[in-house]
Amino acid sequence: MNNAITRFLGTSPLVRDYGMSFVLLLLVGLFSALTLKQQHPTGADAGRQVADLILVRHTKPRVLVITRNTPEDVEFSNAAIKRLEEKGARVLATVRGAAPDAKQSIEEVLKSGESIDAIAANDVTAKWTVYDRFPEVGAGKCVVPASYTWPDFLKVSNLLGVANQTAIYAIIAIGMTMVIITAGIDLSVGSLVALASVCVSILLRDCFGGISAGVAAVIIASTTSVLVCALAGAFNGFMITAFRIPPFIVTLGMMMMASGLSFKLSMGQSIPELPSSFFWLGRGHIFGIPNPILLMLALYMIAHIVMSRMVLGRYIYSIGGNEEAARLSGVPVTRVQLAVYTICGALAGLGGIVLTSQLSAGDPKFGLMYELEVIAAVVVGGTSLMGGQGKIFGTLIGAFIIAVIKNGMNLTDVDPFNQKIVLGAVLMIAVLLDTLRRKKGHR
Amino acid sequence: MTESPIASQSPLLQMQGIEKSFPGVRALRGVDLTLRSGEVLALLGENGAGKSTLIKMLGGAHQPDQGTIRISGQPVNLSSPIAAISAGIGVIYQEFNLVPRLSAWENIFFGRERSSGFVNRNMERRRSKELFDQIGVPVPIDTPCGELSIAQQQLVEIAKALSQDARLIVMDEPSAAITPQEVERLFHIIRDLRSRGIGVIYISHRLDEIFTIADRVVVLRDGQLAGEGETRSLTRQQLIEWMVGREIQNEFPKARHTRDRIRLSVRNLNRGNIVRDVSFDIRAGEVLGMTGLIGAGRTETARLIFGADRHDSGQISLDGHSLHIRSPRDAIRNGICLLTEDRKGQGLVLTSSVRENFGLPNLKNLSRFGLVNQTKERSAFSTYVDQLQIKIPNQDQLARNLSGGNQQKVVLAKWLERNAEVLIFDEPTRGIDVGAKYEIYLLINELAKQGKAILMISSELPEVIGMSDRILVMHEGRITGEIEEATTATQEQIMEMAVA
Repeated sequence: MNNAITRFLGTSPLVRDYGMSFVLLLLVGLFSALTLKQQHPTGADAGRQVADLILVRHTKPRVLVITRNTPEDVEFSNAAIKRLEEKGARVLATVRGAAPDAKQSIEEVLKSGESIDAIAANDVTAKWTVYDRFPEVGAGKCVVPASYTWPDFLKVSNLLGVANQTAIYAIIAIGMTMVIITAGIDLSVGSLVALASVCVSILLRDCFGGISAGVAAVIIASTTSVLVCALAGAFNGFMITAFRIPPFIVTLGMMMMASGLSFKLSMGQSIPELPSSFFWLGRGHIFGIPNPILLMLALYMIAHIVMSRMVLGRYIYSIGGNEEAARLSGVPVTRVQLAVYTICGALAGLGGIVLTSQLSAGDPKFGLMYELEVIAAVVVGGTSLMGGQGKIFGTLIGAFIIAVIKNGMNLTDVDPFNQKIVLGAVLMIAVLLDTLRRKKGHR
Repeated sequence: MTESPIASQSPLLQMQGIEKSFPGVRALRGVDLTLRSGEVLALLGENGAGKSTLIKMLGGAHQPDQGTIRISGQPVNLSSPIAAISAGIGVIYQEFNLVPRLSAWENIFFGRERSSGFVNRNMERRRSKELFDQIGVPVPIDTPCGELSIAQQQLVEIAKALSQDARLIVMDEPSAAITPQEVERLFHIIRDLRSRGIGVIYISHRLDEIFTIADRVVVLRDGQLAGEGETRSLTRQQLIEWMVGREIQNEFPKARHTRDRIRLSVRNLNRGNIVRDVSFDIRAGEVLGMTGLIGAGRTETARLIFGADRHDSGQISLDGHSLHIRSPRDAIRNGICLLTEDRKGQGLVLTSSVRENFGLPNLKNLSRFGLVNQTKERSAFSTYVDQLQIKIPNQDQLARNLSGGNQQKVVLAKWLERNAEVLIFDEPTRGIDVGAKYEIYLLINELAKQGKAILMISSELPEVIGMSDRILVMHEGRITGEIEEATTATQEQIMEMAVA
């Protein structure tokens, strides 16, 4: 039995190279099936759709537009009114609120002697019972956008949300992948996220005037904070290469030091005095895609090229595979290790900047336990903790496997305690698969 | 040792119709093998012939797809290494099964600690000492095995198998890493085992040894029996023919070239008391053989020249220019290469592809702006794949999947591409089959012809005598002898210098 599994895992190139993407697809399919639901469209498109439906049924209709007062409903209402008025309909009244507001509004319209041809409503407001209180109106006059069946999970907003939240972990995981491929580990990334967050917000608040700081100031403060984290990473690398202290210990020390420093600098307080231009990175969009996702994708492309096409990547793999053989082949082992820990620190710092921008405040409590999340993503992505083996895009897939499981469990109302248990099991299974595969390779 | 009547009638080991396939390879196809008590059987074959698979079966690491294994007439199921040990089989693999952090005595009794979970320290240490006395070599039993030399580690493995009271002992190239003197001691032990009725399967590439120690020979080729016979009725030529399936005329195809100017010059090289006052020159086109016992300082000297270790004092110059070598990177940049004795531990990154291994020291020439030119790398490597006849399905094959000979050729290819002026070969043919050995000898000739300076370190005296122009012998960190004309040397003469 065991033999059959290992043989399957070891010999099929499909499973070896794409196993994890296959798992990701499987999870997407699973959660899509579990969250399949009747969807009611909202927003501007739905508003126009309802207006068109009314215009088909009536010529020059007199219409009430009834929605709640949420941003999506307001968009719906505005679009419907605009379309109706363009096509010669009369909008008698617009309601943005609750059922009593609707009742009052209908009363006023009827009092003024107007008759109502149709009510532009959505799935929520159409269910209100107020309409049947007026014999002249009735719920039958409500027109709602057509509903359709689609998984909650696969809604664009949900997918972008998942990607947006994963982006930070995924960015930090690039550096972690490189470190782990050299057979090292970096536990300090979580604390460096906090350090970068505190660093950038204090610089902006105390040196550049807080809320009134300009774009140049934002760039300078962010770059400086990333450099501070890069320096911390370089220090990790120095201690590891110069004194041969195990990476686990060095970075554990840095984890504590960086965290302590963050709390000291911020005096344990959150720092919200940030200029609006700072929020572009974490909350802006380009072509409707959140900037953190774009940043993540760009970094993954670069990292992929570095690891698969560049001399540095070759050196990183060779050091993890066999440090002594690498050294005897002329690889500058010390320099490469320094570079890798520096890159890892810098990317953790960048992650901290993005997080601060997303959450609109600097905070020394950011990044707590991120190192474990990130290591989990790397390992689930198929990178061996023994070093020498792993792929950058594997890590991206690993990060998304974890994110999709979390999101899927939230959507299906799995209780948070059970979620942790599941995630732990996923991590173990990933390592188990890796071990079985390796066993086979070692014939 | 008393034997039951049944045991004495049926052979100690009887393997019948053994078949074993791995994905893509039929490693063994219907092999029969018999071993009597008190018999030394030599198992021969090139790398990939199926020897390893066969002995891993005896060690319980692999199970046959078909066929039966009987011990003293009783069918046994060697489903695990423990099952093999309790069936009375001790296997000493070429790659040691030792825990590097544990001492010799702890390793010998590892996994078999007696008395309810407590380690009987005194008994185990005393017993370990006795075992090493029996072998005839004092091994420091309290030193962690990782700090012992390869030869000493092997002795620990032998002691471990002896301590298991095995009735059948399999030795996979036990002589590959030890000196002729130590091989003699090993033969002593094997003869002693034989006289006690223990059966020994002895694997070696060195034909001389086979004729000295083995009663009978079995040769495998491509997973099948290629030949079998009593040693005294066989010739060396016959064995080689069985192994390679064709005739080989001359084992050492030494070609001589004009040796002109001095290329590498080493003066008063020192490191602690491991390397003491070593001075020598190598001329263009010269193959300088270097030999001596394990621990004599040969490998250490090579590592100093290559910058793998720092020297305390001494001068190294190439073509009259003094070099300051602080790291292997410096040495490589200056045109010095080292082919290490420990291929898997130091020569190759086993988890990387053969092409990546080939590229590693050559990336500067194969890249632009930090970007590796993979097309160039591929075509450069394929030249060597053809020239050295490296047998690989494709260039992306992982280095660990190759046989020893092919691995060695990949290491050679990466250094040849460097086009170095000084090549140091440390045990270049260890664990390599006859065919591949021959090709490596031809390559050494070719390099000498191109005017390179070659330092060839080897424990195999016929090889040193057969392939060198000049021979240096080391003992306890010093050069204790030089033979100006290698053709005139005898093994006895070298041994005298090596122990002097």
